[in-house]
Amino acid sequence: MPRLKGKDTSSITSADSVKAEVFSSVSTKEMEVVAKRLRRHIITMTGKAGSGHPGGSLSAVEIVTSLYYGLLRHKPSDPQWSDRDRFILSKGHAAPLLYATLAECGYFPVEELLTLRQLDSRLQGHTDRTVTPGVEMSAGALGQGLSFAVGTALAGRLNSQKYRVYVLLGDGECDEGQIWEGAMATAHFKVDNLTAIVDNNGQQIDGWNRDVMNLSPFNKKWQAFGWHVIEVDGHDFTQLIDAFNQAKLIKGQPTIIIAHTTKGKGVSFMENNLDFHGKAPNAEEVEIALKELE
Amino acid sequence: MRETYGKTLVELGKENPDIVVLDADLSRSTMTKFFAGEFPGRFFDCGIAEQNMVSIAAGLAASGKTPFASTFAVFVPGRCFDQIRMSIAQPGLNVKLVTTHGGISVGEDGTSHHSIEDLSLICSLPGFTVIVTADAIETAQAVRVAATSYGPFYIRLCRPKVPLVHNENYRFNLGKAVAMRQGKDATIIAIGLMVSVALEAAGNLKRDGIDCRVLNMSTIKPIDEAAIIKAAAETGAIVTAEEHLEHGGLGSIIAQVLARHSPVPMEFVAIKDTYAKSGKPAELLQRYGLTAKDIEQAVHAAVKRK
Ligand SMILES: Cc1ncc(C[n+]2csc(CCOP(=O)(O)OP(=O)(O)O)c2C)c(N)n1
Repeated sequence: MPRLKGKDTSSITSADSVKAEVFSSVSTKEMEVVAKRLRRHIITMTGKAGSGHPGGSLSAVEIVTSLYYGLLRHKPSDPQWSDRDRFILSKGHAAPLLYATLAECGYFPVEELLTLRQLDSRLQGHTDRTVTPGVEMSAGALGQGLSFAVGTALAGRLNSQKYRVYVLLGDGECDEGQIWEGAMATAHFKVDNLTAIVDNNGQQIDGWNRDVMNLSPFNKKWQAFGWHVIEVDGHDFTQLIDAFNQAKLIKGQPTIIIAHTTKGKGVSFMENNLDFHGKAPNAEEVEIALKELE
Repeated sequence: MRETYGKTLVELGKENPDIVVLDADLSRSTMTKFFAGEFPGRFFDCGIAEQNMVSIAAGLAASGKTPFASTFAVFVPGRCFDQIRMSIAQPGLNVKLVTTHGGISVGEDGTSHHSIEDLSLICSLPGFTVIVTADAIETAQAVRVAATSYGPFYIRLCRPKVPLVHNENYRFNLGKAVAMRQGKDATIIAIGLMVSVALEAAGNLKRDGIDCRVLNMSTIKPIDEAAIIKAAAETGAIVTAEEHLEHGGLGSIIAQVLARHSPVPMEFVAIKDTYAKSGKPAELLQRYGLTAKDIEQAVHAAVKRK
C-alpha cells in the first residue's frame, strides 16, 4: 500500500495539487519488504507477457526502491506535480521494475502490471511518457537519458524550483558516446541538482562489459569528466541512502553513484545469466523464482 | 532470415578474407554471432555505440576491407544518420549495413524498437543501394550480391520467421522487380514480409474476380522503373504494401515514378503517420493496417478509380 503523509503545503504550486500528498520515506527494513514484492512483480509480469527484460530490472531493485521509498518527494496522486523530484530511467528496458514501483506507490493499480506489453496496455515494452502515469521519459533507445536529465535539471534551476533529478544508467549504456557528451555538459553547466546512478552489473547483451567494450577505469573516467564519484554496494539500502544524501551536499559539480550490482539479483538461475537479459521466464521458471522470493 | 544472414556471412567469410563484421551489442539477435565464433579476429563488437560502429566500418572500407555492420534497423540508420551520410554515402565506400528487426513486426518491445522510418532515411542518401528481402532464400542471395558488388548497401531484415515465397531455383537479380504472380486488373507491389501478405490478398481477390499482379520490389533503390511503368500500362492500378511509414518509403518512391511517367490510380498500404505501440506482431500488423484484408480494400479502391 502507498504510504502517504499529510499535506505538504510549502511545496504546493498548483491548485490541482492541493489534494495531493507527498510520499513519505520508510525504514530500510520496510524497504527490504518492498524490494521483495517488486522482484516478485518483475517475475510475474514478464512471465505473463512472455517477453521483457528481467535481468536488468532485478539488478536495480534496491536502487529504485531506495529512491521512491527514501529520497524522492513525489505525489502518486499527482504525477505531474511540478515540484516533484524526477526519476529518469535511461535504461528503458528496465521498465518492468519502474512499473512495479509506480504501482506499489499507488500511481496505478497493481493488477494493471499483468497487462505489460499487451496491445492497448499503458505499460509498454519500453517506457513511454505519453501513456504511463509517473513515467518521465520515453526511452528504450539507450544513451539519451543523461542529456534529458540535464535539461530537466537546468529547467529546475531556471525556474528556481527545488526539485532534484535522478537518472539511472546501465553500465553497457555508457558505451554510447552521448553519455559522455552528457557527462561533459553536466559538469560544464555545474549542474548539482542532479544525481546519476549507474546500475553497474558488469553485463550487457553480448557478454561482460570488459569483454564487449571495456569501460575501466570507470570511476576515473567520471572523475576526469568533472564528477564527484561515490561507489556503493547497489543492493545495500544503507549505503545507497547514505550516498544519495551525500550527493545532495555536493555543490557546483554533479555526483554519480556507481552502484555495484548483480544482474538477475534474487533469482538464483537468473543471476549473472546473460540469457535472462531480454528473455522472460517460462511458467516453470516463474514458479521456481517466486518460491525463491517468498 | 536472421539465421540465414548469420550463416551466409560465415560462408562469405571463408571465401573472402577481406570480409569483416561489426555489431553493436546485438550479435545474439542479428546472428552475426556465428561469424564472431568462426572468425573472432575479423569480428568487432563495438558495444552499444552505433555511430562509432558505422564510422569504423567506413574506415575499414577505405582501406580495402568489405565490412558488414549490423544492429536493429531502428538504430541504423536512425541513430547514426550523419555518420552514414558523411563517412559512407558521400565517399561512396564499400560498407554493407545489414539490419534486423525492421518494421513493427518487432512486436512487444514497442515504439523504441519499431523501425518505421529507416527506408525513408536511407533511400534519401545518394549512392546507397537499398534492399528489403522477402524471405530466407532471397536474404542469402541478396547478402551475397552485396558482398560482391562495390558500394554502400543497406539490407533490411525482419525479426519474425516469415513463410518462403521463393523456391530454391530463385535467383536474386539486383535492381529488378520479381513477378510473383501475373495479373491484368491491378498490381500489388510489396516488400519484406508484406510480399507473402500480398500473395494472400491476390488469392482472395481472384475469388472476387480481380486478377492481380504481384511484384516483389526487393531492391527499392535503385528502383525498377521499367517494371513499374509496365505494370501501370498493363494493369492500370497500383497498390503498394510495406511495413514502414507511408511517407518516404516504397509507396513514395513508386508514386514518383508513376507521376513522372504514367500516372494511374494508386493506393498505399503502410503505417499512417503514427507510432505503433507494444503488442504481438500479428496484432500490430492488424492494428496498423498491414493485413491481406487491408491490401484487398486498397485494390478495390484503386480499381474503382480506374
Ligand atoms: C541505442 C540502443 N542500442 C541498442 C539497444 C539494444 N539493447 C537493449 S538493452 C542492451 C544492453 C544494455 O546493457 P546495460 O546498459 O548494461 O543494461 P543492463 O545490463 O543493466 O540491463 C542493448 C544493447 C538499445 N536498446 N538502444
